[in-house]
Amino acid sequence: MIAHLPILQVVIPLLAAPLCMVVRIPRLAWTIALLASSGAFAISLLLLQTVLETGTVSYLLGGWPSPWGIEYRIDQLNAYVLLLVTSLGTIVLFSAPTSLGQELPADRHPLFCTAYLLCLAGLLGVTATGDVFNLFVFLELSSLSSYTLIALGSDRRALTAAYRYLIMGTIGATFILIGIGLMYMTTGTLNMYDLAQRLPEMSQPRTLLTAFAFFVTGVCLKLALFPLHQWLPNAYAHAPSVVTAFLAATATKVAIYVLVRFVYSIFGTEFSFSTMPLQTIFLIAALLGIFICSVSAIYQSNVKHIFAYSSVAQIGYMILAFSFGTATGLIAMLLHLFNHALMKGALFLAVGAVIYRVGSSQLQDFSGMGRHMPWTMAAIVAAGLSLIGVPLSVGFVSKWYLVVAALEQDMWPIAVLVLLGSLLAIAYVWRLVEVAYYQQADNAHVDVQEAPISLLIPIWTLVAANVYFGIDTRLTVGVSEMATRALFGAGP
Amino acid sequence: MNVLGLYNYWVVMVLMMLGFYIVISQGNLIKKIIGLSIFQASVFILYISMAKVAGGTAPILDESISTYSNPLPHVLILTAIVVGVATTALGLALVVRIRESYGTIEEDEIQAQDEEA
Repeated sequence: MIAHLPILQVVIPLLAAPLCMVVRIPRLAWTIALLASSGAFAISLLLLQTVLETGTVSYLLGGWPSPWGIEYRIDQLNAYVLLLVTSLGTIVLFSAPTSLGQELPADRHPLFCTAYLLCLAGLLGVTATGDVFNLFVFLELSSLSSYTLIALGSDRRALTAAYRYLIMGTIGATFILIGIGLMYMTTGTLNMYDLAQRLPEMSQPRTLLTAFAFFVTGVCLKLALFPLHQWLPNAYAHAPSVVTAFLAATATKVAIYVLVRFVYSIFGTEFSFSTMPLQTIFLIAALLGIFICSVSAIYQSNVKHIFAYSSVAQIGYMILAFSFGTATGLIAMLLHLFNHALMKGALFLAVGAVIYRVGSSQLQDFSGMGRHMPWTMAAIVAAGLSLIGVPLSVGFVSKWYLVVAALEQDMWPIAVLVLLGSLLAIAYVWRLVEVAYYQQADNAHVDVQEAPISLLIPIWTLVAANVYFGIDTRLTVGVSEMATRALFGAGP
Repeated sequence: MNVLGLYNYWVVMVLMMLGFYIVISQGNLIKKIIGLSIFQASVFILYISMAKVAGGTAPILDESISTYSNPLPHVLILTAIVVGVATTALGLALVVRIRESYGTIEEDEIQAQDEEA
């Protein structure tokens, strides 16, 4: 049983998904979905423990030996991302029936559970697999189900947002497919570990450069790096709140994991940062993303749009840390990956709770909510402070490592820019705080009550995690450091 | 390796760019999906072409056969075709829903309606 954990992780949600569709009873389908995703969560904890104790776990699908068959390879990096995806997926799913209640008719809830589990299975598959074509298939599985999830939004603009995401996402996926094809063409292998061994020996750098360019562009489309982020704000704003919380916390993070895996484990830092000008490109794109999207966030009138643009800016921070190409930079990035998922999960769930009571995500409709929904708004403020990077929150930990990584490279102007970016975050969080605490509620909203307890529990779990991992950084920093050491050690 | 010898790859390039251009330039949602399908099909041909071994036959286990084409990309592309079909189906389903709620499938008209609201 223990030996099969890497595949069970993916298979459990994958099998539970059609089951949800068959049972058709909303409550029962939700229970199945919750059981499946908590099961995956428990497995990811076990896997992380195993990996930390005994090192990399390798699982051969169907017992076929490794360069030929599909191999699942779990090291510290995967185990860390798997834990992130399953934990956030479970916590967000907990609030689904209440939060979805007003956005989706009850008879559609089982279908939501199906799409949600398929998306989860896809994301876990992408993270766990050690085979590049398998990665493509799982990536498309998660993308297709996330288009469906976004289209469930009650506004008709959700449909156009989902359509645009489908077009952009498919172009990205096809670019990834081209990249994989060209890699296979030069090396004749699809196994990641085998690829990493063979690529440096190849004498056809031109095909490899093309493969790298296609692959990285495709992944950057999926992870919404500025300026390839156009699909993201509308998709996040018009999707149902739980879907936004889930996708914001997991989908882009898994795409970033894919980038790390390919650049560090497969192509190697020397090829990526010396032969290819990845450092310059990422540095510029990340900085532009941080500033342009933070400023756009300040001028949005829809709260979900504010935090969606902020997500693109935060992805900018991660790519910035990534572009340093150093161990400290990578640690900063892995930390921010985890921490940003906690912040945005809490924020979008809390915004969802306000939408549940008020029925709108317009900034104006949040007026006076500081008094009417004190617990929900307090959660938004706490997660917002974490987003800014106030000490004792997770945001501070990752910003700290980011600044240290920049200073280590003698790039102090970048450290200054990172701090300036945080000031912009203060601006957009403050706009929300001002409206919620210093304005009176509209006449239509004077009798708005606090959000139900079934929404508050997941929100405050995430807020507590924001504070806990801001103080006790043993798990996040420890695992990030180990993963980084493994990546730099294994690099060619 | 002359220009004509790379005939398949020229087809791949031309189809790829055609499809990509259609996705970018067309405002009609159905035409965009057609472009996307052409774009994906070009990649399928890329995979199939790279599997060809000169003089090779189908990979059948027989003593008289010593050279055969690589079957793996064919299998991969079967999977990729399924993914492509699913994408097209989902895209078309979304277009149906968009037409039901907007009454049009032209991108500029949809945008105009969104700005009015």
